[in-house]
Amino acid sequence: MHKLIAEPPDTKMLLLGNEAIARGAIEAGVAIATTYPGTPSSEISLNLFQISQESDLYFEYSTNEKVALEVAAAAANSGLRSICVMKHVGMNVAADALLTLAYIGVKGGLVIVTADDPYMFSSQNEQDNRFYAKLSGLPMLEPSSIQEAKDMVPFAFDLSEKLQLPVILRTTTRINHSTAIVVLGKILTLKTKDDFIKDPFNYVTVPAVSRILHARLLKILEQAENISATSDYNFITGGGIFGIVCNGISYNYVFDAVNDLNIKDKVKILRIGFSHPMPQTLIKDFLKGCEKVLVVEEGEPYMEEAIKAFAQEEGLTIEIKGKSRDLFSRLYEFNPAQVRQIIAGYFVITYTPAQALNLSQMPEVPQRPPTLCAGCSHRATFYAVKKAAEGMETIYPTDIGCYTLGFLPPLSMGDFLICMGSSIGSSGGFSKATNKKILSFIGDSTFFHSGIPGLINAVFNKHNATLVILDNGTTAMTGHQPHPGVNMKKLNLDGYEPVSIENIVRAVGVSHVTVIRPYRIKKSIDAIKEALNVDGVSVVISQEICTLYAKGLKKGHGRPFYINEKCKNHRECINELACPAFLIEDGRVKIDATICTGCTVCAQICPEHAISPLKK
Amino acid sequence: MDTTRLIIVAVGGQGNLLASRVIGEAALNSGIPVRMSEIHGMAQRGGVVESAIIFGDAQSTIISDNEADVLLGFEPSETLRALNKCNSDTVVITNLAPLPPFTVATGSDTYPDLDGLLDFIRTRTARLIALDATALAIEAGNILSVNMVLLGALFQTNAIPIPSQRVKEAIAKVTRKAFLESNLKAFDLGFTAASSIG
Ligand code: SF4
Ligand code: SF4
Repeated sequence: MHKLIAEPPDTKMLLLGNEAIARGAIEAGVAIATTYPGTPSSEISLNLFQISQESDLYFEYSTNEKVALEVAAAAANSGLRSICVMKHVGMNVAADALLTLAYIGVKGGLVIVTADDPYMFSSQNEQDNRFYAKLSGLPMLEPSSIQEAKDMVPFAFDLSEKLQLPVILRTTTRINHSTAIVVLGKILTLKTKDDFIKDPFNYVTVPAVSRILHARLLKILEQAENISATSDYNFITGGGIFGIVCNGISYNYVFDAVNDLNIKDKVKILRIGFSHPMPQTLIKDFLKGCEKVLVVEEGEPYMEEAIKAFAQEEGLTIEIKGKSRDLFSRLYEFNPAQVRQIIAGYFVITYTPAQALNLSQMPEVPQRPPTLCAGCSHRATFYAVKKAAEGMETIYPTDIGCYTLGFLPPLSMGDFLICMGSSIGSSGGFSKATNKKILSFIGDSTFFHSGIPGLINAVFNKHNATLVILDNGTTAMTGHQPHPGVNMKKLNLDGYEPVSIENIVRAVGVSHVTVIRPYRIKKSIDAIKEALNVDGVSVVISQEICTLYAKGLKKGHGRPFYINEKCKNHRECINELACPAFLIEDGRVKIDATICTGCTVCAQICPEHAISPLKK
Repeated sequence: MDTTRLIIVAVGGQGNLLASRVIGEAALNSGIPVRMSEIHGMAQRGGVVESAIIFGDAQSTIISDNEADVLLGFEPSETLRALNKCNSDTVVITNLAPLPPFTVATGSDTYPDLDGLLDFIRTRTARLIALDATALAIEAGNILSVNMVLLGALFQTNAIPIPSQRVKEAIAKVTRKAFLESNLKAFDLGFTAASSIG
């Protein structure tokens, strides 16, 4: 049995934040779960996916976040408790659905989890999704601990049903990827099928309907504000003339700082866990007892702006500060020492910070950037593209996945990237704006997520570009989740038919489509050359399973290779491929047989035929 | 309860997340409050993996610069890189077996001199325990048990407020049965090695 459903209530378990959120959904009796994988949210869905295989829970990896939200929205409006999980940038994709769904509302509870990523540990930006709550008008909750991350989910479902609105649960990486001891609660068993009651004048958002629904939303928000003002998730601790308002992970740093600085009797803390609508009356009362207030929040001054507006309404002239050059930054994540130091400075408390070591003479430590795995099929494709395009002036728009790493030298395949699917869309712009050859890269999962509209656009508007679809049979970067092109039998799941990328590409009218096996280097180079000579849109589908995924599926690799005596030591292999299985030992090139997957690529490109398979 | 802050640094694939899990379970079973966090920047693709484990009443799950009480490094150059987390009272435990990054392996970058690296750490921190955990893991019968060797060394120092018996129970709980014997042996080898050093 899955560990998140095996233990009885009141058991203490060590849980990752994302496991706690998944458990919270199970405790709430969730019936439908949808997602598109994205770090730092991925383990929430991974656990729900696993649980769905041994329970009545319906789970799906949807093609993108907008579709995921639409599926969940319909289920919730058919009376079922539904959860929709995404990373912060996924919310941008889902936003079109989100903002009008807020008008319609829900019948069964709907919780939308957005996992923000301050510091961008694994994201292209660090947008603050609390503004989506403000923009859409939906209630929002923010946990500070792993226990709260679990507890807030059933609370969010109850709130959602009470207000008949979706509720946003907003986390940051340090909640998702922190682990702590959690006390489990009871698991509700709820219905997994219900009915949709037709009510087009409340569900079909033509202007006349939406005008009424928007008014409804604002009315519910007043009710939500009252709940927020008295919610246990907005609480005050300590007492004194100094005030600190904080949320999420920052609360922990504030809590520790106040203890470390020994100022519990001087400072009262207002922790905001129900952060949209902001608890207006509570905040106004809090401000009245303070001489000076510090707002501690990562990201944008979301609370600070609201609090300053409340103070203005009350005619309060106390100092309220948060984001400023000498206090908190809008950049990156916070840490305990930084928060302690800023609190001490702002409230003029003396303390001695831990002394830094003198590291001025420290020997230089070489960087350790992530690289494509040894034997990664992307490396083979990039190499083939590079050779095929030799002598041409090219621009390489790329996309989001492991293959983004191809932008690093020596492959240097990647010139432009803004978001999921942007490879194809931007290719069109470059092809119209420049005279260069445009060659872009997109992964299989990303192609399904948001590549298809761009491809249709390119065909119809007669762009001139070659698109290489890197089809490695999985969503590799986020931990090998399936996508619509995947053969689910490999995951022991029956009844799914994979959607063929090739058929889609042909169906939208791409005239030149070739499928290559990237480990066959020469053939691949020839096929790419041919595609590059086509006028208009050409597509090359490079098919080879992700080698790390293959390892997980226990598919054997080929025999490892070694460098034989013919090696002239000019190191073309290292300089062009940079496969991490290579090393230099005593001035000679070697292959680490424990890392080499036997992909054969280096052997094919070595002009001296100096790389051969090890004998068994 | 006093707060103890432990940083673990490793290269992707060295099993430090499992080691953290063992420590967490051991703390849970000993009734010691514990919080941890991890950052694994594309760990499986050879990047650095860092875990922070905090015992005691503090609520934070991360450790600021200069504030680690203990640093456990699975790879010597990564131990050195993490020295900004330490202060002069920090206890440092490191594996001696280098895993050079690709740029070093192919000669475009250089790996720091091992003796110089150790001296540098030793002269700046309270205590340095350096052992070849990789060799001991092989001796224990499984090269993948480097993490268990290092756990043995860590708990020998008494720097973490958990008895080693609890840690062994946690190893039995969270690691695969097939490797239990070699894992426990690895733990003991690390423990013994640490008691004969420093
Ligand atoms: S996980 Fe797969 S796709 Fe990603 S770098 Fe490794 S082999 Fe390549
Ligand atoms: S065959 Fe060559 S390129 Fe492929 S994994 Fe082995 S060393 Fe790397």
